[in-house]
Order: sequence, then structure tokens, then C-alpha cells
Amino acid sequence: MENARVPGHGHTITVSGDKGKNVTFAISGRVALDNLQAFTTEVQARLREMIPAALTVDLAGVEYLDSAGALALMELESDARGRSLTFEFVNLTDKARGIMGLIDPEALTTEPLITDRQVGNILERLGEATLKILNDFKRVVIFLGELLVALTHAVFHPRAVRWQDVAFYMKRAGVDGLPIVGLISLLLGLILAFMSSLQLKQFGANIYVASLLAIAIVKELGPIMTAILVAGRSGSAFAAEIGTMMVNEEVDALTTMGFNPVRFLAVPKVLAAMIVVPLLTLYADLFGILGGVIVGVLGLDLTAYTYLKETQRSLSLLDIITSLIKSGVFAVLIAGIGCQRGFEVKGGAEAVGAATTSAVVAAIFLIIVTDSAFALVFQYLHI
Amino acid sequence: MTNPATTPVIVVDQLTARFGDNTIFDRVSFQVNRGEILVILGGSGCGKSTMLKHLIGLYQPAAGKVLVNGVDVNTDDDRILRRVRMDLGVLFQSGALFGSMTLAENVSLPIQEYTDLDSATIELIVRMKLGLVSLAGYENHLPSEISGGMKKRAGLARAMALDPTVLFFDEPSAGLDPITSVELDNLIKSLNAGMGTTMVIVTHELESIFNIAHRVIMLDKSARGIIAEGDPRELKDHSTDPRVLNFFNRRPAAGPAPQGT
Repeated sequence: MENARVPGHGHTITVSGDKGKNVTFAISGRVALDNLQAFTTEVQARLREMIPAALTVDLAGVEYLDSAGALALMELESDARGRSLTFEFVNLTDKARGIMGLIDPEALTTEPLITDRQVGNILERLGEATLKILNDFKRVVIFLGELLVALTHAVFHPRAVRWQDVAFYMKRAGVDGLPIVGLISLLLGLILAFMSSLQLKQFGANIYVASLLAIAIVKELGPIMTAILVAGRSGSAFAAEIGTMMVNEEVDALTTMGFNPVRFLAVPKVLAAMIVVPLLTLYADLFGILGGVIVGVLGLDLTAYTYLKETQRSLSLLDIITSLIKSGVFAVLIAGIGCQRGFEVKGGAEAVGAATTSAVVAAIFLIIVTDSAFALVFQYLHI
Repeated sequence: MTNPATTPVIVVDQLTARFGDNTIFDRVSFQVNRGEILVILGGSGCGKSTMLKHLIGLYQPAAGKVLVNGVDVNTDDDRILRRVRMDLGVLFQSGALFGSMTLAENVSLPIQEYTDLDSATIELIVRMKLGLVSLAGYENHLPSEISGGMKKRAGLARAMALDPTVLFFDEPSAGLDPITSVELDNLIKSLNAGMGTTMVIVTHELESIFNIAHRVIMLDKSARGIIAEGDPRELKDHSTDPRVLNFFNRRPAAGPAPQGT
């Protein structure tokens, strides 16, 4: 016996006695979790068939009984007693007695201490959601304030900044991101140049593909695509890292040692992002324009020289500077919101996942909103 | 029934654990008998937890093998492996409950995976399991809403969900207050006595060892293997090995403080 799990190796119920009178169920084989359904179904069927006035359950032949099997037998007993039958177990082995002794019949009927998680009606939920968004906004603003204070402190006390960490995150967010940023920008340039050339060709305005692409990439798509990629790669990583530190009480440890967690954890990440995101943006611009050159040379009968000359003519230095300023601001938003979401983590693995998702979603939202604001401001400043 | 004292449930045969060049233990052999409470003990860094992870098949041995009910826990056959895993229940140090699930969902998870019982029956079994660890009524609580000792008990209920042949415990008393710790020890003893489940416990809590162990195996870092085996009281009083005596009598070894504690 005892090798608990041999499929197909089940129970047998031998019924003796007279219908409606004293009935004995002699059970043999195994009564365990894996044949429980079959066992209870058969017992119920036999009970309906025999309608006993007194039931004796003989367990002499039971080779293996686990706690689920014992539970089924105890349920049978309480069911029989509920129907006021005379009920008796005979030939209980010590093991069966031991298991049944452990099972507490009261535990089976104890009401759960928490019955229903309060959900509330639609108005309450709407109110709660609104409050949650407002609170969230408030906390983001508070965090931004703390971050600005910490950054100002860093400007006046550069030696207090953990430059080793800054370098580490510059590699993580910047250098490691070069392949994907380059690839996406190149493809974006190719697609954009190709699609616009199809239209402009009709008017014989091939050469304007270069200026269209230069302005679109440098002023809008370069900074935005780079920012979105950095949000996906690094904003999420920052949130997950700080979130896990929150779960492991590492942030609490920093606080009790007298460190300011924002200064210690967030500032290096934000500084690193502020340095590498504008650089990545320039790099993305180059690859985007390279995509245009490829389409121009291969598809539009332009020489690389003419294409680049036209590109240069349509861009001013100010365009590039504003694009870099924009991406610097995006960097603060991405890294800042990533860290903020990390610091918000309470609980366990699930909360870290939620913080990571929220870091990316919020960063992309803020990038787009800020970009629109920049567009308006530049419009009025005639840049 | 076969004689429970003599049929081994687990056979460890010439087991070697190695990480890179670092050999944790070398060609260790021992058996775990049916129905016994075996404690694996030793100082920090001696490979207790590594041993446990080998026994439950989480680590691939560098050499040797572990047999549970005669089946290799590192078998490549998924069907056999699934059955072996049903026979093993593990209570991890932190309880390892799934934080997003209620206690009832945590306990019912393996039952749902391995059986096709209807939900009412599963609910009843879950209540029974929670009752076994004195957590009746807590089925709708989340792990974050209960104390550390309760988490361990809930983890134990989940480990016992399928009535495994062997239950493994990784440092059951770690992080518990003395009373809760004794309560958990008593629970382990009563489950062992009532259900006959074989228990393998990794710990270095002396009180707990004297309270529950039928037999102990002591691992040692420098010996890279077992340096003592037997009844803990016997070892405490009659061992001739100074390392064993030092451990049981809470004496730090003479000389410079040991590293890696």
C-alpha cells in the first residue's frame, strides 16, 4: 500500500443487508483526493438505492485514506445523522482514527470572518475613483517638489551626488538603448520618407521630402520616439527597482540611516536620464535622417549631397536646441514618474507590476501632454 | 501495512552539490524513513537550504541522485515528475503565499490543478485544511491581512492540500516569536502523528530540534557533508565530535570567529 498515487487504483463498496433496514457498506481500496468524486457519487447512489434505516460503514479493507477521504467519510456520517439514521463506523484503523481526529468538524461550518469585500454602488465607486486620481495627482506634485529640491541641492552640492550611480544609469538608459533607438529611428525615417515621396512625386516635388523629413524628425518624432522608448526601457526599470526595494524594506533602511531616499535613489536616475535622453535624441535624429537619405538616393534619384544640403537648409540651430530642451524635460518626467511610482509601492509582487505599468503609461501621457504644451509655447514665441 | 519504520520514503544517493568551483557538499548519502520527522541541521552556510532544494528537485545535482518513493526527482519525464511533485509539499521560509489571492484561493490552487472535483467539494476540503492549521474562518483574508505565524500556517495548509507523502519545512521557526514557534512545532508533531506524514525540516533552532525531531542529520561546511546522525539528545550528551558538541551546547568554536555566519 501507501504508494499514494496510482491512478486507476480505486475503491470498492460492497453492500450487504436489506433495503430499508440495516445496511452495511464495506469499503475497500483507497479513498483519497483523486477518486473522491467517484467515491461520493457511488455512496450517494447506493444510499438512494438502499434507503437504510441504520448504516454501518466497515473500513476494514481500506488500504489508503487521506484527509480528503476522511472528510468524505465524516460528511457521510453527519449526513446520515442529519437524516436521523443509526450510523456506525467499524474496523477503523489507527491511521483513519488519527486523521479523523485531526479534522475539526466545526471548522467546516465556520462562517468566513470576511464575507464580502465592499464594492459600493456606482456613485461611490465614481467618487472613490475621482478621489484616487486627485490624490495621485497630489502625490505626483509633492514628489516633483521633493525632486526639484533634491536636484537644486545637487546643483549646489555636486559632491553629494552619487556620480557612480549616475554613470551606471547612463549606461543602462543610454548606451544599452542605442541599438533599439537607432533601429526604430532608421525605420521611421525610411517609412516617413517613402510615404511622403509617393505623394510629393506626383507634383515633381521630390526634393521637399528632405525638408519634410528633417522638420518632422528633428522637431517632433525624434524627441517623442526617443522619450517613449526610454519610458518603456528605463522608466519601467526605475519603478520596478525602487518598488522592489520598497517591498524589501530597503527604502525604510535608507531612511532610518538618515539618507533622503529621493536624493539617494531618484536623483542619480533623473540626472542620468537628463544627460542621456538629449544625446539619444540627437542620435535618433541622425538615424531618422539617414533613413530619408536612403530613400532619397535609392528611390528619388537624389544625390546624398543634395538631400543633405536641403536638410541643412530647412533646419535652423534653434530647431535643434529646442528639440534638445524638450527631450531634457521629457527625461525628467520619465525618470521622475518612474521613481515616484516605485516609491508608491505597498504590498508585494503585484504592486510592483502595477507600478511598472503605471510608470510607463503615465510617462507616455505626460510626454504627449508636455509636447503639446511645447508646441503652443513655441508657436507664440515664433520659434 | 508495511512496517512504517523501515521503508525509506527518500533515498539520497551520493549527492553532490557544486556551484562553479565551490562544492557545497560532496557525495552525501542518507535516507528518510516513512513517518519520521527528520531534521537537517548545521551552522549557517553548511548547505542545509541547498540540500532542501535538491530534495524537492529545484536544483539539479552535480552528481548523485534523490529518489522519492523510488522515483528520481530530477526525471525528464514530465508525467512522472508531476506525480512526484504531488507527493511533495513544501513550506517555504516566508510562507510564499500568493499575495493577490485569498487564503482559500491559495489552498485550492493545487487541488484545482490536480483534481476535477466540483467547487463545493473543493471549498469543503479547503475549510478542512484551514481548520487543520487552526485558521478556520480566514478563507477570504489576503496574506497581507494576517500575521507572520498565520502566514506560515496558511502556507502549511497549502503545502498539505494534496496530502503529500513528505512535507518539507525551510526554517519553520524563522521570524516567529517563541510561543508561535512552539505552536507551529506542536502542529507539525500532531500532523505527523495523526496523518503519518513524513516530515523533513531544515532548521538550526535547538529548542525546536529537541521538541520535534525523531532523528537529525548534521551537515558541516568544512566537512562538506554529514558529520553526525541520530537522536538529538543522544548526540548532545554522547557525541565525541567537538563540532557536534559545540553546536548542541551553543558554544562558538575556539579561535577566530567563523566567517560567513
